[in-house]
Amino acid sequence: MSGYWSGILAILAINIIFAYGIFVTATAGQLNLGGAGFMAIGAYGAAMLGEQLGWTPALTVPAATLLTALVGIGIAFPVLRTRGVYMVLATFAFAQVVTGIILTQPALGGAMGLVVTEYVDLPVLLGVAAAVTIGVFWLTATRLGLAMRALHDDELVAVLMGVPARAVQVAGFAIGGGLAGLAGALYAHHFSFVEAQYFSPLLSIYVLLFVLIGGTQTAWGPLVGASFFTIVPELLRIGGSWRYVVFGVMIVAMMMFRPEGMVTRTLLARLMGRRRHADAG
Amino acid sequence: MSAAAGVRGAHPLVVSAGVAVGCVAAIAGLAALPGGATLAQQVVSGLMLGGIYVAVAVAFTLTIGVLNFLNFTIPTMFMLTGMVAWGLARHGLPFTEAWHWALALPPGIVVAILASLVVERFTFRYLKTRHGDATEHAIPLVSSLGFLLIFEHLVLIVLGSDAQSFPVRFRLDWQVGPLVVGLPQLASLLLSLAIVFWLSWLLARTRTGRALRSIAESPDTATLLGVEVTRIVPVVFLLSGLLCGVAGALFVVNYSDVSPFMGDHVGTKAIAAMVLGGLGSIWGAIAGGLLVGLLETLGIHFFGGDAAQVVVWTVLLLAIVLRPQGLFGGSRIGKGKL
Repeated sequence: MSGYWSGILAILAINIIFAYGIFVTATAGQLNLGGAGFMAIGAYGAAMLGEQLGWTPALTVPAATLLTALVGIGIAFPVLRTRGVYMVLATFAFAQVVTGIILTQPALGGAMGLVVTEYVDLPVLLGVAAAVTIGVFWLTATRLGLAMRALHDDELVAVLMGVPARAVQVAGFAIGGGLAGLAGALYAHHFSFVEAQYFSPLLSIYVLLFVLIGGTQTAWGPLVGASFFTIVPELLRIGGSWRYVVFGVMIVAMMMFRPEGMVTRTLLARLMGRRRHADAG
Repeated sequence: MSAAAGVRGAHPLVVSAGVAVGCVAAIAGLAALPGGATLAQQVVSGLMLGGIYVAVAVAFTLTIGVLNFLNFTIPTMFMLTGMVAWGLARHGLPFTEAWHWALALPPGIVVAILASLVVERFTFRYLKTRHGDATEHAIPLVSSLGFLLIFEHLVLIVLGSDAQSFPVRFRLDWQVGPLVVGLPQLASLLLSLAIVFWLSWLLARTRTGRALRSIAESPDTATLLGVEVTRIVPVVFLLSGLLCGVAGALFVVNYSDVSPFMGDHVGTKAIAAMVLGGLGSIWGAIAGGLLVGLLETLGIHFFGGDAAQVVVWTVLLLAIVLRPQGLFGGSRIGKGKL
């Protein structure tokens, strides 16, 4: 396999994990536009643990994931006080504060970034991405996943039926934050370099788009969304800015014709040949 | 205080006139203090920068207040004005160097307004589609992110990614004691405030304004009472395009440089200004815009650029969590929907 394609596969694996991080909160009805902030905490956490304490990636990656999950819990309590546009803005502000702090702390490398010496190879990334995918599929099948889906569809009814809304939403932020942190930690170890500029608002926007375009109804959504928007531009060999123009046109067209995302429950039911069931639902 | 109540009557005008007189007196007092002149100069620059944020923040707050829609293409309109004007001045306008900006900027504003109407056609018309779950409100938001990518990268393709100097040979400085006030800056602050005042008059006193306020209250009731929602909604986009276009033109006149990314910085600061002022409140956006301009220049003066960013966004995060209605906003707006 050429270096070109292994680079794309690495980005794909990281994007898939990151997209699942945003998906888990979105599936409970919360839009997180601060994904880059969580990813940055994971990346810098892994980098600092590796460089300062000499830990191996086998330790730094789980530790950074745990750290980001804890940050997710911590940020969930204030953020869950807000709704709708305010939540989008609060998570956005959170990411801006994180990158702002990184830029102002010389210990974190400031604008120069940090070099990460320990290297994690591509097969590990692909393995983790596969494990995360299976894990999220399993999660959506559990009672917690069902509670999240109920909150997403109608919060009031879910609460009336006895779903502990706050606990489920905090769990969503913890798992989602942890996965975004995991993506960041793997990014740091694979590309051996982290800089605050990478974790820009645009990154948060892209990953949220992967999830919303892929579809938030089923766990196929982020997988399809992230794969589609990472691989198709490469296959089309569209260079530079045209790629983003095509991406933008696809987003607008998608929202016009298929606003629930590429993969919906109805589509899956049809593919499985359960047309009658789909029509009933 | 709701969006509608916030713009009704002359009361806020009297208040803002009082605040303006107070500000001038405070700056004069500060400048008179020993060593206060530098700080007073920062305050003056902060207010001038804030004038540009005011226009963009009002565009944001108008779209949220009336349509409950966070329109991410607003920074792009700002950028389009500057880049299109620069492109015209560079490639298309046979005119003397000294005044080409005056010819190039109005077409830039027109392009911004047209782009804004295109966005309306392809995003907001689909908000009314009902799909029966919580993410339906994300549709225009996501579409506007798509347009953000399209416009920004089309500009990159046509005009390149470099920051360009767009010199405006129109430098008149006004020396007031120890302070230097750029006349274009002062004029632009006054112009952006004038447009905002005109807008609040339009909302409060005209037929179109009444229709807009009725849609803000309840689109369904407005339709029942004979407001043609599909005819009135483009007015919001026309106005926000106009506000961003004027803000972009003023930015060019004052700071003499353009880049395809010039909207990002101003856009995020304008969102911060809108939130501080309260979503849907025009007077809040004015106060918020001037406040963010001040926070930014004073933050840079005292702490340096990156730390100022931390200060602004931490204040914003706290404001959203502790006082989501902002300084003047209604708590109703932006809650249930995206």
